Amino acid sequence: MPQITQLSDVLVSQLFWLAIVFGFIFVGIGRGILPKIRSAVVARDEQVAKDLRQAQEARAEAEATEREWAASMDEARREAARIAQNAAQESARHTDDLIREALEEIDARVERARLRIRSAVEAARLQMEDVTVQAAQEMVEQLTGLKIDERDAAKAVATEIEIEQDAVQNERGLSLETKPKQKASIAG
Amino acid sequence: MEATANVLTKIDPMRQFTIEPIAPLHLGPYDISLTTSASWMLFALACISAFMILGMKRELVPGRWQMAVEGLTGFIDDMVDVNIGPEGRKFVPYIFALFTFILVSNLAGLLPLAIIPGLHAFTTTSQFSITGALAVLSFSIVLIVGFWRHGLHFFSLFVPHGTPLIMVPLIAPIEVISFMVRPFSLGLRLFVAMIAGHILMDVFGSFIVSGFNTGGIGWGIGILSFLFIIFVVALELLMCVIQAYVFALLTTLYLNDAINLH
Repeated sequence: MPQITQLSDVLVSQLFWLAIVFGFIFVGIGRGILPKIRSAVVARDEQVAKDLRQAQEARAEAEATEREWAASMDEARREAARIAQNAAQESARHTDDLIREALEEIDARVERARLRIRSAVEAARLQMEDVTVQAAQEMVEQLTGLKIDERDAAKAVATEIEIEQDAVQNERGLSLETKPKQKASIAG
Repeated sequence: MEATANVLTKIDPMRQFTIEPIAPLHLGPYDISLTTSASWMLFALACISAFMILGMKRELVPGRWQMAVEGLTGFIDDMVDVNIGPEGRKFVPYIFALFTFILVSNLAGLLPLAIIPGLHAFTTTSQFSITGALAVLSFSIVLIVGFWRHGLHFFSLFVPHGTPLIMVPLIAPIEVISFMVRPFSLGLRLFVAMIAGHILMDVFGSFIVSGFNTGGIGWGIGILSFLFIIFVVALELLMCVIQAYVFALLTTLYLNDAINLH
């Protein structure tokens, strides 16, 4: 075993070179280079931590901005909805006004027309009464030879027509054309 | 050494551990000649220095080499932190030197340089003068740190915490013996692991040579030995790393005993 047989010859040399080599590794590398490498690692770790922190902050900021944006967006949307609603209400009111005016106009025209119709009907009735009175006088004269005073005949006819009109009004009939005929038949 | 004539039949597996002088050197009465062993130590130093200096760019975004160097230093830092704690910081250079020197010396011994005539790899860690010196150094540091920090109280290391008083006379001698054995176990473990692996490789290498020389059934033996030696070399590579790690780890554990006395 050379390790034992040579030991006394080489021991000093072995220890000497070991001391040099190991000492160099310990002092030059272990104490010289190692701390620098470690400080680089530490600096990098700190840098990474700082960057991460900044990224976190930026993210929080972005989230806050987004929240603000969403809030203002909601506000704007509400405002727009309100304006749209107002406009719709305004327009609806305007339309209602127009419709109401038109209806009033129509009602007025209808009313006027109705008055015209009524006055025409009234005129026609008065005419018809005169005719009826005359006819009644003649009929009575021919049948009985009596001469009836025009005023009595008119009174009788008026009574008849009144009764008839009540009946008609009860039936809610507006047509007055048939009345004279009926009266005539009754009178007859 | 003089057996050049019949080298194939007379393979001596121990010859690889012989230290040969390269340049005679004397310091007073002492022989400090540059030997094969010394040159391989210097080779290890050159490898470690080159590895570290090339990885010392200290860039913010590390390259591959810098990553490897920082991986190694981080590994040592972690080992010291875990086993000793924050107070172990100042021992990191020592543990680093131990680990790298042993690792590179172990691996350098496995370099297949023998295929170049006149060269052969030499494993400095297969010399117990080297491993023993490192073990004694570690043990001395443990003793110095222990007595420096705790004075005579350091002797309480031999009475484990919670030992019943009646057991102390029995436990203390055992603890003392196990403590005193530490430098021997530390140095011998590495030395034996290295020498055994190299003898094994040498022996099976000689089996290959003599097997193929014999012919016939010797070819079978040669092939088997060749397959086996591939496996052994792989195992040796693993052993190189493990032994360096164990040496450094045990040193941190012993230092922990001395620093954080129970």
